[in-house]
Amino acid sequence: MSSRRTLATAHRVLTQLRHDRRTVGLMLVVPCVLVGMLAWIYHGTPVFDQIGAPLLGIFPFVVMFLVTSVATLRERTSGTLERLLTMPLGKLDLLLGYELAFGAVAVVQAGLVSALSLTVFGLDVAGPTWMLVLVALADALLGTALGLFVSAFAATEFQAVQFMPAFVLPQFLLCGLLVPRDELPDVLHAISSVLPLSYAVDALRDVTTNAEVATSTWVDLGVVVGAVLLALGLGAATLRRRTA
Amino acid sequence: MNSAEAGPAVALQGLRVVRGGRLVLDDVTLEVPRGTVAGLLGPSGCGKSTLMRALVGVQVVAGGEVQVLGRPAGSPALRRRVGYMTQAPSVYADLTVRENLRYFAAVLGAPHSDVDRVVDEVELGSHADAIVGRLSGGQEARVSLAAALLGEPELLVLDEPTVGLDPVLRRDLWGLFRDLAGRGTTLVVSSHVMDEAAHCDRLLLLREGRLLADDTLAGVLTRTGTSDVEAAFLSLVDQAARSDRDEPRRSPA
Repeated sequence: MSSRRTLATAHRVLTQLRHDRRTVGLMLVVPCVLVGMLAWIYHGTPVFDQIGAPLLGIFPFVVMFLVTSVATLRERTSGTLERLLTMPLGKLDLLLGYELAFGAVAVVQAGLVSALSLTVFGLDVAGPTWMLVLVALADALLGTALGLFVSAFAATEFQAVQFMPAFVLPQFLLCGLLVPRDELPDVLHAISSVLPLSYAVDALRDVTTNAEVATSTWVDLGVVVGAVLLALGLGAATLRRRTA
Repeated sequence: MNSAEAGPAVALQGLRVVRGGRLVLDDVTLEVPRGTVAGLLGPSGCGKSTLMRALVGVQVVAGGEVQVLGRPAGSPALRRRVGYMTQAPSVYADLTVRENLRYFAAVLGAPHSDVDRVVDEVELGSHADAIVGRLSGGQEARVSLAAALLGEPELLVLDEPTVGLDPVLRRDLWGLFRDLAGRGTTLVVSSHVMDEAAHCDRLLLLREGRLLADDTLAGVLTRTGTSDVEAAFLSLVDQAARSDRDEPRRSPA
């Protein structure tokens, strides 16, 4: 592993994004519009204050998962991955390069959505804004790491896109946003307890209600970061220099 | 210079590769001396790309030995000493030529000035800041070739680098390969166009995963009593078929 190669990879991924202004626009504008719409839908009710903050963490997760799984699949099918693996590039250089690049985009995305939500859309959050952005960043890194991992199992773009409903929607349904996790049937509650997004949403709920950052919030954040590392390890295991 | 440095650039001993249950390379033994241009010639699907993948160490092999620059193929120490150009243009279509090469140079730890050098060598100077995806197929292939030239590798493994190029450019590239060999670089260049044999110091003729010849052009022509590579190739195929009838091939395990 080398920091120079990791940074070069992150720089390359960001340069690719810079050439694709429409994707950047969609990544930044769509979450803002959706959160704004939600605020409007629940105007005059307390619902937006309850789900607004958790949603801030879900957007980067979904968007980065999709973008990364397609980007990595392209590396595999275009042959650039094979070229890189014949060069002195560590597997982690590649994976962390993607994490850094998409993490940077996520910070901008989360910062923008948070700022708009707290000012224009009237979201009321008791805790500090930086914690919102921090959890959103962890979610983005999780989405990127999972995207890198599952792209190994997709042979085509069609399959890669289908992994979104397969990997992301169950986490979304069970994370406690629709029904509090305590009220889920036992089996579903047990499943939700092993899904990392549940901990991200718990952390964001804490930020919504507590002015001080509680220890449990840090623990939840730690679980998400642990899941990122696990997914990265699995992703590295799927990158083989030698293939059949 | 130790003994490993003085040996051949490439030495294959009984290489066997099985892909999808099919024997793709069958007992291939060959050597490529340093500082030479070896032409790996054969029809499409004969195993050329698989052999090249074995040389750069990304192919799972079923048996045999692959030594590159005195080390087993794919050794970490070889990763900056071997340049590889795949058949598909393995470059980023959404980056410019220069951005692609800067990235690969950074990965290799090659100096920045190398980017301009290789852009000139493949004659892409006027397109250096163009997005690769908007270039023609031949230009895209040259970007891929340029990436393989970064860091001045001792061995270049080039899979069909001249396919689809205009004749002038093809001549220029063969001139470049000749220059590189003159400076001590070893090149293994594949092609399905038999006429390209004239540019090579040694010919490796491959058909259906078996090596028909590992010789100079003159040697191949003399041995087969033919006047061009195409005819020599056919003659060697007939010879192999005859010896197969006399002594049937062992079936793939």
